[in-house]
Amino acid sequence: MLDLAIFIQNLANGLLIGGVYALIGVGLTLVFGVMRTINFAHGDFVVLGMYGAVLFDLVFGFDPYLSLLIALPVAFVVGMVVERAILAPIADAPAESSLLATLGLSLIIGNLLLLTFGGEPRSVQVPYASDTVRIGEVNLSVVLLAAGAATTAMIGALYWFLERTERGRAVRATAENRLGAELVGIDTRRVQSFVFGMGTALAVTAGVTLIPLLFATPTFTGAIFTLKAFVVTVLGGLGRVGAAIGGGLLLGVVEVLGASYFLSEYRDAYGLLAFLLVLLLRPEGLFGKTVKRV
Amino acid sequence: MPQEFTSPILSVENVDLGYGALQVVTDVSLHVGAGELVGLVGGNGSGKSTILRAISGMITPFGGRIVFDGEAIRAAAPHQMAARGLAHVPMGRQLFPNMSVRENLLVGATLPAARAARARSLEEVRALFPELDAHMDAPAGQLSGGQQQMVAIARALMLRPKMMIMDEPSIGLAPRLVKDVMAAIRRVAHTGLPILLVEQNVKQVLAVCDRAYVLENGRLALEGSAAELQGHPLVRKAYLGL
Repeated sequence: MLDLAIFIQNLANGLLIGGVYALIGVGLTLVFGVMRTINFAHGDFVVLGMYGAVLFDLVFGFDPYLSLLIALPVAFVVGMVVERAILAPIADAPAESSLLATLGLSLIIGNLLLLTFGGEPRSVQVPYASDTVRIGEVNLSVVLLAAGAATTAMIGALYWFLERTERGRAVRATAENRLGAELVGIDTRRVQSFVFGMGTALAVTAGVTLIPLLFATPTFTGAIFTLKAFVVTVLGGLGRVGAAIGGGLLLGVVEVLGASYFLSEYRDAYGLLAFLLVLLLRPEGLFGKTVKRV
Repeated sequence: MPQEFTSPILSVENVDLGYGALQVVTDVSLHVGAGELVGLVGGNGSGKSTILRAISGMITPFGGRIVFDGEAIRAAAPHQMAARGLAHVPMGRQLFPNMSVRENLLVGATLPAARAARARSLEEVRALFPELDAHMDAPAGQLSGGQQQMVAIARALMLRPKMMIMDEPSIGLAPRLVKDVMAAIRRVAHTGLPILLVEQNVKQVLAVCDRAYVLENGRLALEGSAAELQGHPLVRKAYLGL
């Protein structure tokens, strides 16, 4: 029997975790929109955020959200440097070059983490790990609520930036038509490194909010999150921020409902199943318009 | 030919242009003076667009040089030429299709100097293109081809440029819309902005421009005032079908 309170609770959990997936997908889709390249190291940036929080916990005993205040600007700068050093020099090379470069970057990040932290799974134990908030019949985990609050704040800030600021408008213009943007005087190379910095910062934020919830391992977790980011963006329709948010929320709900009502060990598989169905039935993405080439 | 007393805003001096080992343009010289509307016409593949690409700094001449506003153009990203006051209305318009017409225009005034005068520019541009008024909040991609071309020109004007170059604004437009776009270009020229207009549509260009150059297979075949060229046997035969 389907208990309504439990269903609502699962739905809420799905939406909260889906918010984090949305954050990851938005980063990937932003980078794709402006650079027309899939960043295969995106999941590894999520894992970098997780290990950043692990490191600050080990050394200073910081709460992940305190670590986030440091990790966020660092991630942004790291992303910009990575773009300048690795992707900008091959910007005019055939598309597979940047795919391979990000794949290489993924291997380097994963193995550097393996070298530094070893292969055993890591997490950060927070004192409020099992606290819940009770709303009516529904119990919500404090850790998940915190993750939801952080992702909402980040996505809100991102929307404000894209829609309300000059630089945000330049980013959107570059994503819509790079030549057009260049001809009105926008330095689109600078926009690219800026956007890569943003994408990295979003991924790292997601990683930090996730670390109280799950264990990270150096190479495997990165691959999982790159895959999830890809699922989220394709579910929604690649290259659009709003679509990635919808895709993220959907993935979260599908995973949590699947794990609750069917076999929980196949949690990741339910998302992939939804992904396959969408690809088969609506290849332009659930919220996508017919893909236009620019 | 009219005598230029002031130095031209743009002078292309004996340039050879091409891509890799392929030379497309040979020994072409042309200039655009203050307040002039100059046509650069020729058939498909005659090298017109290649000349515009060189003026925008997208390719470097094999030989010769291009001087814009008293300074030689070196290979630079197009955005740097925009910062120097060159507005390039590209082939295919290259609008931001999901952004509103208003936002397309606002993005046109992204550079600091243009941004400072943005409100004034917007009013001036709307006065020049009253046909856009009803569509300011519509996504640019939903407008008709002729209207989109006007948005592209208006967006370029938001830069408050010293000169404008246009690449085939009539391409793909119905004949009636071509007339509208040409009239719009004429209006822009009347504001005193020097324009280099690249077109295949020789008849329409000669109807609006002051002077024109005819390019054939990457070389200049003819140059002269619009009236002279309209009467020239080669132009009448090859381009006007008379």
